[in-house]
Amino acid sequence: MIKKFDKKDEESGSGSNPFQHLEKSAVLQEARIFNETPINPRRCLHILTKIIYLLNQGEHFGTTEATEAFFAMTRLFQSNDQTLRRMCYLTIKEMANISEDVIIVTSSLTKDMTGKEDVYRGPAIRALCRITDTTMLQAIERYMKQAIVDKVPSVSSSALVSSLHMVKMSYDVVKRWVNEAQEAASSDNIMVQYHALGLLYHLRKNDRLAVTKMLNKFTKSGLKSPFAYCMLIRIASKLLDETEGGHDSPLFDFIESCLRNKNEMVVYEAASAIVHMPNCTARELAPAVSVLQLFCSSPKAALRYAAVRTLNKVAMKHPSAVTACNLDLENLITDSNRSIATLAITTLLKTGSESSVDRLMKQISSFVSEISDEFKVVVVQAISALCQKYPRKHSVMMNFLSNMLRDDGGFDYKRAIVDCIISIIEENPESKETGLAHLCEFIEDCEHTVLATKILHLLGKEGPRTPQPSKYIRFIFNRVVLESEAVRAAAVSALAKFGAQNDDLLPSVLVLMQRCMMDSDDEVRDRATFYMNVLQQKQKALNAAYIFNGLSVSIPGLEKSLHQYTLDPSEKPFDMKSVPLATTPITEQKTEIAPIATSKLPEKLAPSRQDIYQEQLAAIPEFQGLGPLFKSSDPVQLTEAETEYVVRCIKHTFARHMVFQFDCTNTLNDQLLQKVLVQMEPSESYEVIHYIPAPSLPYSQPGSCYTLVRLPDDDPTAVSCTFSCTMKYLVRDCDPNTGEPDDDGYDDEYVLEDLEVTVADHIQKVLKPNFGAAWEEVGDENEKEETFALASVRTLDEAVGNIISFLGMQPCERSDKVPENKNSHVLFLAGVFRGGHDVLVRARLALADGVTMQVTVRSSEETVVDVILASVG
Amino acid sequence: IEEPSLYTVKAVLILDNDGDRLYAKYYDDTYPTVKEQKAFEKNIFNKTHRTDSEIALLEGLTVVYKSNIDLFFYVIGSSHENELMLMAVLNCLFDSLSQMLRKNVERRALLENMEGLFLAVDEIVDGGVILESDPQQVVHRVALRGDDVPLTEQTVTQVLQSAKEQIKWSLLR
Repeated sequence: MIKKFDKKDEESGSGSNPFQHLEKSAVLQEARIFNETPINPRRCLHILTKIIYLLNQGEHFGTTEATEAFFAMTRLFQSNDQTLRRMCYLTIKEMANISEDVIIVTSSLTKDMTGKEDVYRGPAIRALCRITDTTMLQAIERYMKQAIVDKVPSVSSSALVSSLHMVKMSYDVVKRWVNEAQEAASSDNIMVQYHALGLLYHLRKNDRLAVTKMLNKFTKSGLKSPFAYCMLIRIASKLLDETEGGHDSPLFDFIESCLRNKNEMVVYEAASAIVHMPNCTARELAPAVSVLQLFCSSPKAALRYAAVRTLNKVAMKHPSAVTACNLDLENLITDSNRSIATLAITTLLKTGSESSVDRLMKQISSFVSEISDEFKVVVVQAISALCQKYPRKHSVMMNFLSNMLRDDGGFDYKRAIVDCIISIIEENPESKETGLAHLCEFIEDCEHTVLATKILHLLGKEGPRTPQPSKYIRFIFNRVVLESEAVRAAAVSALAKFGAQNDDLLPSVLVLMQRCMMDSDDEVRDRATFYMNVLQQKQKALNAAYIFNGLSVSIPGLEKSLHQYTLDPSEKPFDMKSVPLATTPITEQKTEIAPIATSKLPEKLAPSRQDIYQEQLAAIPEFQGLGPLFKSSDPVQLTEAETEYVVRCIKHTFARHMVFQFDCTNTLNDQLLQKVLVQMEPSESYEVIHYIPAPSLPYSQPGSCYTLVRLPDDDPTAVSCTFSCTMKYLVRDCDPNTGEPDDDGYDDEYVLEDLEVTVADHIQKVLKPNFGAAWEEVGDENEKEETFALASVRTLDEAVGNIISFLGMQPCERSDKVPENKNSHVLFLAGVFRGGHDVLVRARLALADGVTMQVTVRSSEETVVDVILASVG
Repeated sequence: IEEPSLYTVKAVLILDNDGDRLYAKYYDDTYPTVKEQKAFEKNIFNKTHRTDSEIALLEGLTVVYKSNIDLFFYVIGSSHENELMLMAVLNCLFDSLSQMLRKNVERRALLENMEGLFLAVDEIVDGGVILESDPQQVVHRVALRGDDVPLTEQTVTQVLQSAKEQIKWSLLR
């Protein structure tokens, strides 16, 4: 088997790489011997190996040279040398996307695929499918069907896997092979079974009934292949998740039974599936946890890793379920694989008692520098969770975090630490000053602009409210002197907030601002000038509007509106109220630390959901002239999940109108629906003015129809309404396989569930980072107050949740979080009412045998106040 | 919950002990350009070549690996993937090569049998789908007729080398 390619290599001694100094042009030159007769298989083989090696190294081949080599290679099909032929298949696959006219080898490959040599057949099928398109696939369809059910496993597997690759491109052709795949699934060969199951699932995954049947069949008959078992477990848990079936279903029983499979791969897959199921009870988790516990002492590192990683997940939600494994986890702390050790410690941090925290933290700091950034992020996440659990430990944690912050590390790691410190500050007011001090120290030497600006923003928000705001000024102003433009601009904004809130600091802040006005960057100068002028007015309302609670409009929306305004100049000044509001206000919730798996995703500003709707609706002529889209609701389901037609509705609110968008899906493959519309009967004086039907609704392709409704002008307080909805359409029966419809159809209708419009549909959430300032800004001109008794509500948490979802307003100052063991709470809500009127709500809640609520509403418009109070009552 | 799928393997890599690529096959667009691929390989090598740990999580991907003399074998999958499945692929690749190279799994022997490696990986993974996990089957299908090379075509050193190997292994057994 040991052989030499070239005399030259032989002499160069051991350790040399015979491919090291390959020149593409020289190799292509050599490829000319492909044309010599008789063919020298060994030399040709060597040259093909070189070509593939070059491709593998990432060498770029031009179309012409690749095509030339490819065509020369086709001649090698004349040789009967097995290895050479196999290398030809590989070359075909590697060059399929580089060379032109690769289909020239179709007939040679078809011949090999159906020939007698079993060694050729499988690889020939795979190479053939690589160069085949949909039309050619139909030509070889017969052979593919035969190959799928071939008794030689490598042929059958190759055909099944190639079919799976082809599904993306030629679904309609491949789906005709279901019967063959079905037959292959009962093969004795474990790989064929696995591949057949995978293909069958892929072809049927949109048909839940067929998937259920398939699962029933295979879970009963039992399979030989551990791979196929893993696939079945995944399909079963997916189905369980979709149907939201209880865990008493046979599917769950099947997954649980796999915990007793004799193959570790299957056992682990089953345990992992159970752990990842939402709403698992501790009792259901127990058997999965105990197999994972066994795996913790496996000699195989991969198995220990898999087990402890999964236990770590369990510990996030059900720490008590994992306490039984504490001893096994303790043993893993010293594992030579640092990933395993880290996961073990972070799991213990979640399950262990408060007393063990210090010891574990010490252990982890002994090797934190040895682990990869990914796992450092895991450690930070664990600390973050720990701080929520044991708030008293925050000083230990804060110390540890600040040490980590000083160490080297990538952006994701540093961001995780900063996020964690910020969340600790927000959870524990007493840790605020130490936390801010650590962050101040960090920005003194921070290479990540994003983090520096984030921290400056936080300093601006929190600093002025601390007992000694003056000590932060130095850190902030240092940034103005030393950093890049973006950081300098953020520092200026932070300074302004100190000036706005602390009267005694104002004169010094103004001096610093003056200096910032000489900055070399115009953004920094602009900000400084702007803040300078606002601050000099010394008016609370101005400070609130322009310094604390910036703009709440959607940025892409503002851009579009301004562009529109410049295209069509008018005497009227630009109206800010015509700009759509930002739909996803910067959440004041605790920042979720991104899971490690997604940390690679690039961060970019995607247009929000509402911007997309705005675009879609604007394209419909009937909806022009409605003005900017004010709010789009979340989808409301108007049908049960498993019915013939699935309809959901999105409510779009405009200044004087509403558009109801019905997203309909037809789940009957023997029907084509046409002229689909949803007829609406309002209960109040709402007026339906226009229906826009969906022209055609083929099987499983969603379509939308719209209904335009005018809101009652005469009674602005009529904000809620119930619509009874009926879907009307023309049915044309059709052939389930081809989708070819009959010539004529008949009218039919389908009753949907009622649709409610509530006060929340008229209010857009807006975050006021400084609620107190906003409250003063609106003033008490239109203030009204009323007291209500919420008899049916038992806890403050429940009351807060109900109010927020009922009014659809944004909770501010983290007031949606009710501190534990308290009998009273104040909830602050902010929003904008349809038409652009700010509205603020302060709800004082008291718990005593039911909840008593005193609601105070302020708004720039009196009717809005009335609407809110009327709807609460 | 992830969509159940047969697409399991994102990449198969073999690096030498300088971290240079001897073989690399990427099955999806996680690293679309050669530049990104090489950067990833460099990172992987730096994080793994000093430890003999078998498994790691890097750039959000699960990496199972194995080293032998001067070769580093890697199989890469999503972090949601069953680690043992990736391990099955790695073991199959290593055991197949070990048989094909007569247990002589080192850089030089591998470079002299690159076509065997190409064909073996092609039999183990197809477009990211695990095609075969049994090394016996893989070796059988690759069917290198290395044994047919007549003795006369081998050089004296080669004959000696292979004789030495055989003796070594018979002693070790």
